[in-house]
Amino acid sequence: MKKFTTALVGIAGIALASNAMADGHGGSTLKQVQDKGFIQCGVSQGLPGFSNADDSGNWAGLDVDLCRAVAAAVFGDASKVKYSPLSAKQRFTALSSGEVDILSRNTTWTMTRDTQLGLNFAGVNYYDGQGMMVPKALGATSATQLDGANICTNTGTTTELNITDYFRQNGMSFNLVAFEKADEVVAAYDAGRCDVYTTDRSGLAAQRGKLTNPDAHVVLPEIISKEPLGPVVRQGDDQWFNIVRWSLNAMINAEEMGISSANVGDMMSSDNPAVKRLLGTEGKFGEELGISNDWAMNIISQVGNYGESYEKHVGENTPLKLARGVNALWSNGGILYAAPIR
Amino acid sequence: MRPNKSFLLTLIYDARYRSITFQVLLLLSIIFGIWWVVDNTVTNLAAQNKGVGFGFLTQTSGFQISPTLGTWLFGYEVGKSSYLEVYYIGIVNTFIVAFFGIFAATILGFTLGIMRLSQNFIFRAFSTVYIEIGRNVPLLVQLFFWYFAVLRTLPSRREKVELIPDVMGINITGLYIPRAMPEEGFSLTLYAFLIACGITWFTSRWAKKRQQRTGQIFPMFWAGVGILLGLPLVVFLVTGSPLTWEYPVFAETGPLLKRGYQAGAGVLVIPEMLAVWFALSIYTAAFIAEIVRAGIVAVPKGQTEASSALGIKKNYALRLVIIPQAMRIIIPPLTSQYLNLTKNSSLAVAIAYPELVSVFAGTALNQVGREIEMIFMTMAVYLTFSIVTAIFMNWFNARVKLVER
Repeated sequence: MKKFTTALVGIAGIALASNAMADGHGGSTLKQVQDKGFIQCGVSQGLPGFSNADDSGNWAGLDVDLCRAVAAAVFGDASKVKYSPLSAKQRFTALSSGEVDILSRNTTWTMTRDTQLGLNFAGVNYYDGQGMMVPKALGATSATQLDGANICTNTGTTTELNITDYFRQNGMSFNLVAFEKADEVVAAYDAGRCDVYTTDRSGLAAQRGKLTNPDAHVVLPEIISKEPLGPVVRQGDDQWFNIVRWSLNAMINAEEMGISSANVGDMMSSDNPAVKRLLGTEGKFGEELGISNDWAMNIISQVGNYGESYEKHVGENTPLKLARGVNALWSNGGILYAAPIR
Repeated sequence: MRPNKSFLLTLIYDARYRSITFQVLLLLSIIFGIWWVVDNTVTNLAAQNKGVGFGFLTQTSGFQISPTLGTWLFGYEVGKSSYLEVYYIGIVNTFIVAFFGIFAATILGFTLGIMRLSQNFIFRAFSTVYIEIGRNVPLLVQLFFWYFAVLRTLPSRREKVELIPDVMGINITGLYIPRAMPEEGFSLTLYAFLIACGITWFTSRWAKKRQQRTGQIFPMFWAGVGILLGLPLVVFLVTGSPLTWEYPVFAETGPLLKRGYQAGAGVLVIPEMLAVWFALSIYTAAFIAEIVRAGIVAVPKGQTEASSALGIKKNYALRLVIIPQAMRIIIPPLTSQYLNLTKNSSLAVAIAYPELVSVFAGTALNQVGREIEMIFMTMAVYLTFSIVTAIFMNWFNARVKLVER
């Protein structure tokens, strides 16, 4: 009898849990986020400059700033974010099952992911490309000399496919050693298991610091793929999709208009209609998204514009030392171009 | 039974119907629970514009897999092989590491278990220390330890340590052993081996019967070894030794990247596989050792005393009296250890060994995005492995079980 009751309670529990899960998918993400009071943001398990936790557990980075921007837009408070560190393998399942509200985890936008996984990419916050790092002692100056190499990389990413394509195209043989976590890739490469470490060039810059002797390694000039990295949301909730997309656009537009966290207060009284629309002193752009009109003002004052975020986390003055390159504004010779707010 | 009770209360309070009532209720709730989960899954998938289907299995895969038994067996080629082949490769790689793991863990475990009961202090102490460390350090930690210990101690790719000069060598890219290349006529040797197995089986039956009838002991072990090795060897030599060995090739000169062991010559055992095998065997052996010790200790002391009273020699007493009785206690928990080892092999994903969870439920899943189907297929493999192991061990258990007369 006791056994039976336990079983019944168990079944009821499962039924309720699955019911709750089903509810999680219906209804608007914005409503749910507002009800629970924070945004659950899927980030990496530690990629310096993009999403990395410090010793006291505070997350920072370019990808983290995007989640903070969305929180600033929704709640007027950039700190209302909780982070879920996800492996490359877990990330899409975590998003589609409703475990996280946004996936901001240096994720490459590809057609398969966009069309087959039930997800939508809300934009691009970093234009990256896959590169290769080799020990200087190898004497290689170009990726075309790498025939027969052992290559270490992460499993469950586009890098596996890109490197395979590149070597096939060039008729070179290679052997791939694919690890689940980036830390083991670095450790194995450091131990000499592989001649080559391949991942996005931003990742190479970030992980390089973990090697025993960072200066003994060189990043080869070839960029073998296009890796537009951006935030991802579940398909089928256009309102939430728009909030994420326009939070990113607001950061880029703010940089273009010269609005930063330092001068946003002064800019509130600007006469420029484009600035007024962005900061919410003219029009009802926030309300159209289902949030307050000062959404973009909150993003800029609490998180900063795109350029500020870039310089703070991955720019020339950080250990990553990544030049703006293609990630500069279109007006500065880059390809960063956000749709106008009007 | 009181007649004024309602029908429903009768079903609960009447001892004749109670058990049936609750069983029906339980069944209904289980059916309802399953329906609920399935229905929710289908609804959720539909909401994400994802269907359910196995069409992806025929798509070609676009990623490279480390050279392992699986890739060699299925001739894996990027861009030509399908996801179904990736699945098979994963199964083969899981199987091979589980198989060798069980083999090594059993031998090591039995040795350590017996050592722990030894009179020799050094043996006993070594075994105790081993078991306590092996059992109490998490497997994942041991896996990393062995992997990085293996990697850090091995020489670099352009160097080598020759285990047998020109025949077997090792460096950080793996262990290189010769590959057997059977020529025409080698199959005869294999047939000879099968025939030898048959002869050995019949001889042992005959020897057992004769012993029961006359009490004469036939040296079955040496006879068996003689038949099993001798007959195939004779056939092998008569057919003109139709087997050659392909040895690993090491290039000392040439372009830097081309130096080292050459791909395709000999058999390569990747360091990831060695590390997984070490870790699984060493970890599980610690548990098996304790099971073996418990089994032997559980045989009453009277059995040993009775054997010596009957004048049975000490080593015979161990082999014919103690061990057979201990086996009855050892086998059921040993089975769970075998099942654990097989399932634990999925941790190998952490150190890049391309087993099922890594290549199929990992890389392939990420490319195709069919979580439900692929996880289901992965679960089915482990379930099958476990059930087959369990069936075999149950059969073995039934054989050694006490036959009551």
